[in-house]
Amino acid sequence: MSGSKKIAFAMFIFFFLVFIFLNQLSAKILLVGAAQKYQRIKTAIAAATKGDTVLVNSGYYSEGTITLTKSITILGKDYPVISGEGKTEILLVKTDGVMIKGITFSNAGLSFIHDNAAIKLDSVKNCVIEGNKFKNNFFGIYLAKSQHCQIMNNEISSSSIRETYSGNGIHLWYCRDITIKDNHIRGHRDGIYLEFVRHSLIKNNISEKNVRYGLHFMFSDSCSYSNNVFIKNGAGVAVMYTHYVTMTDNKFEQNWGGGAYGLLLKEISNSRIENNYFYKNSSGIYLEGCTRIKSAGNNFIENGWAIRLMANSMENIFERNNFIGNTFDISTNSTKNYNTFNNNYWSEYKGYDLNKDGIGDIPYHPVKLFSVITERNRPTLILLRSFFVELLNIAETIFPTLTPETLIDKNPAMRKFL
Amino acid sequence: MKILLKIIKYQLHDLSRSKWIIIYTTFFFLLSYSLFTFNKDFSRVLISLMNVVLIIIPLVSTIFGTIHYYNSKEYIVFMLSQPIKRSTLFFGLYIGLALPLALSFVVGTSIPILFNLGNIHGGFDVLIFLFIAGFFQTIIFCSIAFLIATLNENKMLGLGLATFSWLAFSAIYDALILFLLQILQDYPIEKISIILSMLNPIDLARLLVILKLDISALMGYTGAVFQKFFGSSLGTILSILSLIVWAVIPFFIGIRNFSKKDF
Repeated sequence: MSGSKKIAFAMFIFFFLVFIFLNQLSAKILLVGAAQKYQRIKTAIAAATKGDTVLVNSGYYSEGTITLTKSITILGKDYPVISGEGKTEILLVKTDGVMIKGITFSNAGLSFIHDNAAIKLDSVKNCVIEGNKFKNNFFGIYLAKSQHCQIMNNEISSSSIRETYSGNGIHLWYCRDITIKDNHIRGHRDGIYLEFVRHSLIKNNISEKNVRYGLHFMFSDSCSYSNNVFIKNGAGVAVMYTHYVTMTDNKFEQNWGGGAYGLLLKEISNSRIENNYFYKNSSGIYLEGCTRIKSAGNNFIENGWAIRLMANSMENIFERNNFIGNTFDISTNSTKNYNTFNNNYWSEYKGYDLNKDGIGDIPYHPVKLFSVITERNRPTLILLRSFFVELLNIAETIFPTLTPETLIDKNPAMRKFL
Repeated sequence: MKILLKIIKYQLHDLSRSKWIIIYTTFFFLLSYSLFTFNKDFSRVLISLMNVVLIIIPLVSTIFGTIHYYNSKEYIVFMLSQPIKRSTLFFGLYIGLALPLALSFVVGTSIPILFNLGNIHGGFDVLIFLFIAGFFQTIIFCSIAFLIATLNENKMLGLGLATFSWLAFSAIYDALILFLLQILQDYPIEKISIILSMLNPIDLARLLVILKLDISALMGYTGAVFQKFFGSSLGTILSILSLIVWAVIPFFIGIRNFSKKDF
């Protein structure tokens, strides 16, 4: 081959590659809007091919259920409203690699037969739902049998009043490797609901004023929850039947009511609960049938009960937690104890530290007689903080009869942990 | 009326010379001051103050009241030789005692609070209620003290009865309530427990304070029943009425005894 032929061949190869590259890039942008080529989202989607972007201009769209079977991106400009008119599901995604961004979804229809959602992802992978607004939907975002999806920066709100008439903000069922980040969920039944989910990350979300639970998960092993805030939910946060859970740096605040718990744990094992903040809940943590949970560095401040530890929980470890100003620090319904409390800070501790090593010289009994009595007989709460009850508590500390003798903190910290 | 004022004036003069009232005021000042200095958390300050209001004030009022009456014996006998109505004298003695006691609580406690106004966020309603509660505890237990003193000539017996009545109101009564609630625990006993606690001025004041402070522990069914009752205007009126009745009835029995008494 001569030199010029070589150059021509090289150029051919180069342009061929550029062509292929440009072809990839030249994915079309289909504009939807009153004054645009497409008036309806459905027709734009029908005209789109894989990799295209449907750009929806601001406006009000009501097109029944929109079904996506192509891997495309749907972008909203100035939050166009797509409404389900209180009757239908809004967007049903049935293919991988879909991205949905900047759209307001409203009024997905309430139904007692179907779980109508604003966005439902059914058996898909690698989808992204980011920066959308959801208003007054039955379910907000619903993922079923999906993997590797991301749900970020969404604002999900509803004004539910009754449990039976409302759905969940973010609902995951049989999913794995999902990331739920920076969402704000308000006024649904459960803020975030997970069932049969594996290896998912729930981070930086705010879940408040939901009718039932701020976060609710069951059978969802190996998931991690961190930096979330759960405030004023009807019944706090409830998690059940799960192993290997990590809950760190979350805030559980002001979950008030007879059946409300900052964090209700039922049949949870091998999990870590660290550096969380429990403030003004009726019960900070309620543990039933829990084993091998390590709870460290948590702050329990001004709760009714900081920890309610039921008799069937064992081998749990509580270390370096702060218990400050709770009406009752620990309460239990058993006279036996198979859990470890070590080196916590108790604001009620009245011991001394002669050798100045920061550890109190006499052990602390966090279970008071009165908390055992009220656990069995609630109306006796009327005697809370009475002189007689204080006398009883002191007598019980000296000669334990009803409270578990082994439930003691042998090394109570003198200063609170920062 | 003029005579009454004169008696009260003399009483105040007499008490101000006695070091006890000054010690009492200083005690409240130091207590309140140290609570504010060592506690950053205002709700804990309120709880400690509540304990003092409900334990120390009744104790001091009953014991000091009884002693004061016995010590004024010669003064009383002397005054009765003058043309003065017995009820006026009794009333004067009573006001002359209860007023300084209540004032020294209010003044002693509130000075450190005024200094720390900047650090207090919320909880003012509880604080004001604590002052009202402290005032009522003082007048209630002063009338009980005078009742006991008019009934018993024997100083030792009177003092013993005063101490016992304090113990009965602050501990024994609660023990009985607890016993009763434990026996009846299979029944809906919320309403009974409300009625029982309204009958004891110390319990009543304590309940009204903890309903505000320990709100998170009281959010269950039981708490809801208490909240509903004491939160309603009927509950408030009945509570205040109960406190007033506790102050007035022992006082009038005391006056009757005093008027018929042979000195």
